[in-house]
Amino acid sequence: MRHRLISLGTPMSLVSDHTPPAPAISMATAGDYFALMKPRVMSLVVFTALVGIVLAPAGQHPLIAAVALLLIAVGAGASGALNMWYDADIDQVMVRTRGRPIPAGKITRGEAFAFGITLSVGATLFLGLFTNWLAAGLLGFTIFFYVAIYTMWLKRKTEQNIVIGGAAGAFPPMVGYAAMTGTISIEGIVLFIVIFMWTPPHFWALALLKERDYGDAGVPMMPNASGSNKTRQQIVIYTAIYLATTFLPVIAGFAGLLYLVGNLVLSGLFGLATWRVFQRRDGEAGETAAKQLFAFSILQLFLVFTLLLAEAGFGLRFAIPGFGT
Amino acid sequence: MSDTDPGPIVLTAEQIKRRKARSLAIALVLVSFIVIVYLVTVVKLGPGILNRSL
Repeated sequence: MRHRLISLGTPMSLVSDHTPPAPAISMATAGDYFALMKPRVMSLVVFTALVGIVLAPAGQHPLIAAVALLLIAVGAGASGALNMWYDADIDQVMVRTRGRPIPAGKITRGEAFAFGITLSVGATLFLGLFTNWLAAGLLGFTIFFYVAIYTMWLKRKTEQNIVIGGAAGAFPPMVGYAAMTGTISIEGIVLFIVIFMWTPPHFWALALLKERDYGDAGVPMMPNASGSNKTRQQIVIYTAIYLATTFLPVIAGFAGLLYLVGNLVLSGLFGLATWRVFQRRDGEAGETAAKQLFAFSILQLFLVFTLLLAEAGFGLRFAIPGFGT
Repeated sequence: MSDTDPGPIVLTAEQIKRRKARSLAIALVLVSFIVIVYLVTVVKLGPGILNRSL
């Protein structure tokens, strides 16, 4: 079987210098295509979208909810594939991303593009047919935002890339809720704000660790564009705002006592991890602090959403006096 | 056939194995997709699925 190599243009003039020649005969496995969908990112998308679905008033059949979740996951995976298609040049340069299917020479850029576009269109269309067109529109916009606004425009232009681009990762709960109800609700908006504000401290902790990597690739992340000290200040500011937003579900009336207590503990730990990053700036201690914040931020967001899921899905929502839940 | 024509491509055993694995994965995805569309149709139409003019 001979694979025709499809030329789809290059995002930057230097791309062709870095992108490895693809094999004439594909040696890719199904696992390579799955890796193209960024499964770890996809898992967080699935989980946050699930919370959006569970928070929605009952009405849809469980099978429709499950299929909607699957289609949101496929949409997220498709945007991951399109991100890898466009970023193949810088993925080749960065140590962290060098093993991805395109720079590793397992999948060609053209194949990744075709795979990503097919899944994007398919997931959006079928979400519309199976649930409603508001949810489909939101999913389509999320993919567009991640690929065109974040990947193609902001990522290489501004150190604020992940502040604005983080919106793409914040949409899934809203899409999940919309798929179940056909509306945009306060729950979806609040969860959007929570994830949106979580993204900067999470990503900047990673950027502190991979400062050189991003610098080599020419991606203007905050540490290599404005220095690690400013990044640490920004992490503290954004963490403060983020932790405040995690109490919005209580104020908005869709989280109860369990969430409040759990979130107080998690916020304290997140604040501590951030403070360590701010204080320990050099050497191994600084690196360890950034690593801990990065890892804990993932766990913390997961647990915040787990608390919401436990309350809404398992009847563990107990009223907080004065908040009417 | 000209002298410069390399002739038909002969796949190695590993290439055949990987192509087979990819084909199987595509088949699985397609069958799953058909099952999903079928089940969603049944769920969405509900009891009305039997209610059609003959």
